[in-house]
Amino acid sequence: MKKVLFTMLFCFISLFAFNIIQAEDLTGIQEENAVVETTSAASVAEPTEAVVTPASTIDTGDTAFMLVCSALVMLMTPGLALFYGGMVRRKNVLGTMMQSFVALGVVTIAWVIYGYSLAFGPDIGHLIGSLKWAFLNGVGLDPNPDYSATIPHQLFMIFQMMFAVLTPALITGAFAERFKFKSYLIFLVVWLTFVYCPLAHWVWGVDGWIRNLGGLDFAGGLVVHIASGTSALATILVIGTRRGYKKENMPPHSLPLTLLGTALLWFGWFGFNAGSALSAGQLSASAFVVTHIAAGAAVLAWMCAEWLIRGKATVLGALSGAVAGLVAITPGSGFVTPISSVFIGIAGGLVCFFAVNMKEKLGYDDSLDVVGVHGVGGMVGALLTGVFATTLVNSAGANGSFALLKIQMISVVAAIVYSFIVSFILLKIIDKMFGLRVTDKEELQGLDLSQHGESGYRF
Amino acid sequence: MKKVSAIIKPYMVEDVKNALKAIDVNGLTKSNVEGFGKQGGHKEIYRSKEYCVQFVVKAKIEVIVQDEMVDKVIDVIIKTTRSGEIGDGKIFVYPVERVIRIRTGEEGDKAI
Repeated sequence: MKKVLFTMLFCFISLFAFNIIQAEDLTGIQEENAVVETTSAASVAEPTEAVVTPASTIDTGDTAFMLVCSALVMLMTPGLALFYGGMVRRKNVLGTMMQSFVALGVVTIAWVIYGYSLAFGPDIGHLIGSLKWAFLNGVGLDPNPDYSATIPHQLFMIFQMMFAVLTPALITGAFAERFKFKSYLIFLVVWLTFVYCPLAHWVWGVDGWIRNLGGLDFAGGLVVHIASGTSALATILVIGTRRGYKKENMPPHSLPLTLLGTALLWFGWFGFNAGSALSAGQLSASAFVVTHIAAGAAVLAWMCAEWLIRGKATVLGALSGAVAGLVAITPGSGFVTPISSVFIGIAGGLVCFFAVNMKEKLGYDDSLDVVGVHGVGGMVGALLTGVFATTLVNSAGANGSFALLKIQMISVVAAIVYSFIVSFILLKIIDKMFGLRVTDKEELQGLDLSQHGESGYRF
Repeated sequence: MKKVSAIIKPYMVEDVKNALKAIDVNGLTKSNVEGFGKQGGHKEIYRSKEYCVQFVVKAKIEVIVQDEMVDKVIDVIIKTTRSGEIGDGKIFVYPVERVIRIRTGEEGDKAI
């Protein structure tokens, strides 16, 4: 334990040391940039035009919008903590919530040190970003036109950071109630490094191979949902079922918490999808609208399917439907019309409902249905984007066609294969070195007491 | 002195309290309990997974009364709570050795 603490302390100290160096570097870079801009402007255009077009093209509306969107996406992580926390047994409520919440600390720092650079930094072989932007070196307040021409580069960085925080937290639902906290922290860092950052680069990074292929993923269907869903499957296979799975009752201990969490997720999702337009305008409005419609349609789809088949319209069913619909619309949210989003929502709700039902028969203990909702929902969304996408909504997109569907399929398969294999290997290594599971005694006692020395409730 | 204890349906507690007050019972203790009996459990569904919850939520009330009051109290409880269906509950009567009021130190009937 001491070793871990020392390493963390060392990381922080080196981070601060680097910051000082970097602050000096940054001023140097800004000066250099200014020189380069003036010389290039002078050589290319008339000096008078150079005066008319200022160096900074920051749009205050876009910037204000993206600041709010980043904050909205941040809220999804504690929302997810509530969503998952309500679904576990009461002895594990804090442990489960902590697995989401702590990502706000761990991933934030990892993203600053090297994560952002790996994902979005200058391309290496279409596979990964270089470390040129490590410690946010060169990530300043001027826009980076490759990603977002009208907002400060740092704002783009923090918006993307919120996605990186949320994604590994999504996986925790699969292995709820049995993961050792120390090993989880290690998993969080290595998963971000070896799965999230490369995938984000493939799909969103300049010169990433899926981006070059023309695959459409507006707000992270591949990078966030398919990646977390398939990695969740890998974790379930490595870590095994909970003690007493299928023998004991393991009902959710507080669905009101889950409802509150779902509401916060839905709310934050507006930032997630509309914000992925990276500007305030027609596209962000369209994404906002289809996001909401798909979620609503999926609530009805899941609720009705469960009502017909199981005889009761459950609250947890409606909440699960909402999340399934939001997941399904994510990749297409910037490319489809409102009517298409109704179909995507219904398809997401129904397919996820049946996927979750199937889990029972397969005998996997995907405790909170990450594979069934995020993995399957993400796939449904990515494929349906290939069907429903239209350039009427987004001229930068494409029209639904077999060719596009094929590209979507290639990118889905690539994301599944990559995230499954790499997660599986990472987990096996962590298991060998530190052990993934808590001991039987700790599991019986619950994560709250055994991992954190606290209890969620005292009444 | 006797203790009359009854396991009843939770939503009956208020009615029983009022009915007992009307026959001058001046104290009652209530607790929330779970248990199983003939009534069996009920089914709950979470994400299509069905759980059989075997412990049914019940309320337990306890009153301490003078011996001659016991039958009256039992009558009142039965009249208030009987629906004729499985799950109405049960009444138990125990002897009580001593009752002491802490404030004054009074003992026996005076302390009830």
